[in-house]
Amino acid sequence: MDSLTYARAQMGMSLAFHMVFAALGVALPLFMVIADYLHLRTRDPDYLEFSKRMAKGTAILFAVGAVSGTVLSFELGLLWPQFMGTFGDVVGLPFAMEGFAFFTEAIFLGIYLYGRGRIPPRVHFWSGVAVAVSGLASAFFVTCVNAIMNDPSGFQMVEGRPADIDPLAAMFSRPWAHETLHALLACYQATAFALAAVHAAVLLRHPTSTLFRKALRVSLWVGAVTALLQPLAGDLAARHIAEYQPAKLAAAEALYETRDHAPLLIGGIPDDKTGEVHYGVEIPSGLSMLAFHDPAATVKGLDAFPPGDRPPVAATHFSFQVMVGTGSWMALLGAITLFGWWRKWRLFESRKYLWAVVATGPLGMIALEAGWLVTEFGRQPWIVRGAMRTKEAVTPFPHMAAPFWTFTIVYVLLGIAVVYLLFRQLRHAHVAVGDPRTVGPVSLRGPVSRAPASAAPESAAPESSASESGAQVGGPDEH
Amino acid sequence: MSTELLLGGIMVAALVLYVLFGGADFGGGVWDLLASGPRKREQRALIEKAIGPIWEANHVWLILVVVLLFAGFPRAFAILATALHVPMTLFLLGVVARGSAFTFRAYDSRGDRQQKRWGMMFSLASLVSPVLLGMIVGTIASGRIRVEGTTITSGFFMPWLSPFPLAVGAYALTLFAFLAAVYLCGEAGTDALKEDFRRRALGSGVAVGLLALACFALSRRHAPVIALGLTDHPLTWPLHVITGLAATTAFYALFTRRFTLARGAAIVQATMIVLGWAASQYPYLVVPDVNLFAAAGNARTRTLVLIALGVGSLLLFPSLYFLYRVFKGTSAFEALDKPRD
Ligand code: HDD
Ligand code: HEM
Ligand code: HEM
Repeated sequence: MDSLTYARAQMGMSLAFHMVFAALGVALPLFMVIADYLHLRTRDPDYLEFSKRMAKGTAILFAVGAVSGTVLSFELGLLWPQFMGTFGDVVGLPFAMEGFAFFTEAIFLGIYLYGRGRIPPRVHFWSGVAVAVSGLASAFFVTCVNAIMNDPSGFQMVEGRPADIDPLAAMFSRPWAHETLHALLACYQATAFALAAVHAAVLLRHPTSTLFRKALRVSLWVGAVTALLQPLAGDLAARHIAEYQPAKLAAAEALYETRDHAPLLIGGIPDDKTGEVHYGVEIPSGLSMLAFHDPAATVKGLDAFPPGDRPPVAATHFSFQVMVGTGSWMALLGAITLFGWWRKWRLFESRKYLWAVVATGPLGMIALEAGWLVTEFGRQPWIVRGAMRTKEAVTPFPHMAAPFWTFTIVYVLLGIAVVYLLFRQLRHAHVAVGDPRTVGPVSLRGPVSRAPASAAPESAAPESSASESGAQVGGPDEH
Repeated sequence: MSTELLLGGIMVAALVLYVLFGGADFGGGVWDLLASGPRKREQRALIEKAIGPIWEANHVWLILVVVLLFAGFPRAFAILATALHVPMTLFLLGVVARGSAFTFRAYDSRGDRQQKRWGMMFSLASLVSPVLLGMIVGTIASGRIRVEGTTITSGFFMPWLSPFPLAVGAYALTLFAFLAAVYLCGEAGTDALKEDFRRRALGSGVAVGLLALACFALSRRHAPVIALGLTDHPLTWPLHVITGLAATTAFYALFTRRFTLARGAAIVQATMIVLGWAASQYPYLVVPDVNLFAAAGNARTRTLVLIALGVGSLLLFPSLYFLYRVFKGTSAFEALDKPRD
């Protein structure tokens, strides 16, 4: 592989890695404060427990998010020095604001985690809210950077350098609204389905645990609502790129020829040599309909662009299919869930339903990663569309294989460590608050606990339990 | 004041804060590695408690420096990231190892072998990262990164693999360790533990002094611009004097066990060291080919970033103060409230 390929692979891997933790870091605090709110309102200790677990998860994942993010901010320069040297002052404003948002997030997370029991519950709750809001803000700002790269505005290229830069106009370049909306929803959706899966898996083993029922209910609420909104946001994105980034849409849909009544392609293996798609199913006029809401509309195909300006078709198309496929399934599951609740079905008694939730768990993250791949592959060969090509931006450092393999190994090990750690947290977690008969390891293979949780004596004075030991936040182990 | 200078000044200020807070975190890791004697466990526990929840906040200062560098001086960022590709990558590996190991150790709280392993990784990374950070600074100052247009002509290894950067790396390590030891004296709960860290503070303080001399001696041959700045610049002599006074005060206070005073003096000393470096290197961002003003990017971006910084700090500093207050259980400016122990 050449330097450029290594650099791309390293960037893509670092971002894909960071993204999982970033999404969790954005969304877990939301669950944390929802649980806190429910606890403040109902005084139900289960919600307090739920909140503490979310807090513990947030703390672990936030740390990994922070270090992988630090790596990214350096990597922008280490891998793409010409990009940053040329456009640093174009993308600088949203990045600077993102930096502030991290700062507030980190500060309030510290206050939240270590303040439980030390500061008044209300102040504690509002610092949780501050964590959630600043997480949202940081995702918003960084997605604005991505919007600049996809469809830059706010400057003129003069002799290969941006001139007459208006940083605010750049920050709010055309795709900002649909990208931030869609990407933020994605963070909440992906996290919600992952959480729901964990709680459903425990419920399958311990069907009576009230704590896990409540947690599952909250996760599914968020998951269902975002899953139903997401296709609408995605449609907004698709219509936008159809108009302003047609090469990306053509690649995502593997549409080689410009045509009216363009069909919507499902599945299929694109072949760049012949310009044909094998084994796909076509829905007549579907693409024209979706992209322009008009079955006769003309959709630009890849033939409208010189070969040197075309994105990698197979990769973009495949990622797009994965996103839309998993997204549609989650939307269906969300609709079933909401409908079921409305009809008062006893969904949580149904093992089939719980298994479906468990199986859906990874799909949110998969959709999120796939969506980013669509955006990133679909922008190629440009790093800033129309202004700088990726190959012009890459570092002249000659030994790119070394950092690539090093970071690959590091991220694999880190990923294993995190998963192992989270599993251990779960294994040692207790099924219900303070109930001596149900307290015991939630082994996914372990005995099923039958004790009614309502018999629980309020033995665990929860607000004080976390306060003695600074490092052990939340979590049930301290009881 | 020009916005270039203002932004540069803010970057230096952020670096000072990074050294005072993040640097001390690294130093804590060093003492974790060197924990010894009958109170080994207590030492480690104290360090963990002191680093605790704020390490993330502490390390955002560095990210702020990076972001301000590319927003304000994009060309300098591109040159540094290219010429220092290798030490920066190694530094990042240290940051990853350190941050994740620390957190994993804290949450994997079952006191088993696993935890020891995380501890080992954490403290080794704490040892390596400051050296690399110091080497990066030393290389920038040494004048061995050469640039023609946008091309780096000095290669990817020669500039930083040389005596002066290595000396600055060692200097940074001891300075961070010194800061951590001084802070820990103040935070230790028992007198015996205070004594442990007092001895460590004195020892590392001597090392800081010796390495400062070594860096200075080496600079005459290996970093001529800095050497000149350290002796000829109108601002640097007052800075030297204050640094010297602060160092003496710190020693005096450590000897007489006035730990709050020692902390204040060590903070002044470290601040002056960073400021001294910045002043002697002015007006270069990368000695000798990249000048602060020439490397500056778009003026409007600079202004907006400065406004964002101003508005942001209204939010930031009060909440940071609140965090330290909640965490340390007392006022963050205890040193001012109560001048004596
Ligand atoms: C949970 C995750 C998730 C789900 C279920 C979906 N998406 Fe998505 N999609 C993303 C997560 C995502 C993303 C990761 O957040 C992206 C990357 C960049 C962005 O703005 O959002 C994205 C990008 C993205 C783009 C490219 C936008 C651009 O480059 O500007 C389009 C056209 C769509 N999506 C369309 C859809 C459609 C029609 C969906 C219907 C089900 C859909 N997405 C579901
Ligand atoms: C909003 C934040 C993001 C920014 C600012 C950003 C920035 C960049 C930059 C500068 C490059 C290198 C130039 C290029 O290849 O065009 C790149 C490439 C890439 N990024 Fe992103 N990225 C973002 C989000 C993501 C995410 C979340 C993913 C995760 C899946 C991702 C996946 C990739 C991949 C795979 C490449 C290599 C593409 C190729 O060269 O074919 N990006 N990104
Ligand atoms: C859409 C894509 C992204 C989202 C949603 C996102 C979000 C976040 C969030 C929420 C955090 C805080 C840590 C956590 O909660 O886990 C974080 C950390 C960080 N991210 Fe990202 N990020 C994205 C892409 C990027 C890119 C492209 C860069 C770099 C150029 C970056 C740089 C950073 C940095 C420097 C940190 C560390 C801040 C700290 O120490 O607190 N992020 N990111």
